[in-house]
Amino acid sequence: MLKEILRILENDPRASPKQIAIMTGLSQDEVVKLIQQAEKDRTILRYKTVINWDKVGEEQVWALIGVKLTPQKDVGFDSIAEQIYRFPQTRTVYLISGNVDLIVIIAGKSAREIANFVSEKLAAIEGVQETITQFVLKRYKEDGEIIDGKEEIKRQPMVF
Amino acid sequence: MLVNSGQKQAQPKDFVAKKVNGLAPSGIRRFFDLLSSMDGVISLGIGEPDFTTPWHIRETAIDAIKKGYTMYTSNAGMPELRKELARYLMSESKINYDPDDELLITVGVSEALDLAMRAILDPGDEVIMTDPCYVAYDACVSLAGGIPVKVPTTEERGFEVEADDIESAITDKTKAILIGYPANPTGAVMSREKLRRISEVAKRHNVLVISDEIYSKLTYGVEPVCFASLPGMKESTLYLSGFSKAFAMTGWRVGFAAGPKDIIAAMTKIHQYTIMCVPIMSQIAATEALKSGEAASLEMVQDYNRRRLIMVTGLKEIGLPCFEPKGAFYAFPNIKGTGMTSEGFAEKLLTEEKVAVVPGNAFGACGEGYVRCCYATATDEIIEALDRMQRFLSKHRKR
Repeated sequence: MLKEILRILENDPRASPKQIAIMTGLSQDEVVKLIQQAEKDRTILRYKTVINWDKVGEEQVWALIGVKLTPQKDVGFDSIAEQIYRFPQTRTVYLISGNVDLIVIIAGKSAREIANFVSEKLAAIEGVQETITQFVLKRYKEDGEIIDGKEEIKRQPMVF
Repeated sequence: MLVNSGQKQAQPKDFVAKKVNGLAPSGIRRFFDLLSSMDGVISLGIGEPDFTTPWHIRETAIDAIKKGYTMYTSNAGMPELRKELARYLMSESKINYDPDDELLITVGVSEALDLAMRAILDPGDEVIMTDPCYVAYDACVSLAGGIPVKVPTTEERGFEVEADDIESAITDKTKAILIGYPANPTGAVMSREKLRRISEVAKRHNVLVISDEIYSKLTYGVEPVCFASLPGMKESTLYLSGFSKAFAMTGWRVGFAAGPKDIIAAMTKIHQYTIMCVPIMSQIAATEALKSGEAASLEMVQDYNRRRLIMVTGLKEIGLPCFEPKGAFYAFPNIKGTGMTSEGFAEKLLTEEKVAVVPGNAFGACGEGYVRCCYATATDEIIEALDRMQRFLSKHRKR
């Protein structure tokens, strides 16, 4: 039942315990308890809102930075990754397979801000061998949401 | 030619056949006319999924058009679609249909229903159906020269139709029993046992059963039973369904009939003279739906279920008793406590609170005292609609 609650919340964090109780057949108290537990054990990490900042004229520059690492004695990738993900500028940090070891996604106010972060912070970390910075030119879809051109329900008037 | 007596010029309406003039206009229409002239209306009126067709299905059809699939197909439907459908019916309903002569692809289940009636009815033949039932049943039978015979169903008995009631309605004119479960407008689902009893009545009296199972994929916590899969019933059941509800494909207009080959052949004959074939791009889309539409379909069903619970619980909370629907996407609350008629309730609710519901009597006399609320609508809208209905109810309670 926890999974069902999580599915509902992932889709709509505003769903109230009452609504969730109705949808799952649990009591409100049980729902609240399960959610609190999930928050506590960090199954639920955060309640998040997906925003199209362009709409309000807020300029944001995004970059996907591929990072190649030099494996170091006694220090695995995890430790280097930690030095990177501790920076609040990094939104997402993944260890991946392929040509690079890490993908780091960061958002900044300008290209200069991101460039500074890459050259002064990221490249300076011991074990970082190479960075490949790719600026985002356009966001089409974010967290499953199509940003422009989302389909509306085009129901036509009909009788039945 | 219309004979003009010389006295009076014939009016266009005089050319319309009596049997068409005699058809009652759909009781739902008036509300949609009203509705389309208003802003800010939350509509719980339309019986249509609020999902667009899953992208992989649309993409397949677009690709087919690009590749030049723009021609007629075989009358009965593309062989690949029929083959895929036979496989699907085997896995879903454990029933074996020969794709060569026991399946017909139709323009929605609506055409299948019309063809069925035209194929089996001679003038004056009777078709037993439930009251309330889907609005087109009655009309399809009348247009084919038959006589609809209604068997009441009640909230107390879960809107299931009882075999005994059907049996008492059978006369020597009865040609078929037409049932549609999961049901529009009530959301009722028939139990296997009750369907089995109906199958016995059908066998005893030698009548055909036409089972419209368009909502069979939309059931919640209960297993839908395919009528034709009941012991010994394949040869005396005409099984109708389609793609609109299960795969959110209403606009593609694809349905099917599965049944004994003589009846399918008769229906195919009418189909080839009148429709020729279902649009090829729709058939290609339907084939894709059968091949790999299952996951998307299941997701939609889970979503409907959440909204069903919000709707039904909400209706009860605001003081409208509501039978628990186990299928389709309709709730059918009882509004008798308000003292209003179904139409009065629906009309006032629309004009005062801008919530559109369908008066239950549009589906037959036994629907009086109920309204149909479709929960294939965003959760936020359902909650807002319930708030408005609550305000409406408390206002009219004070009077």
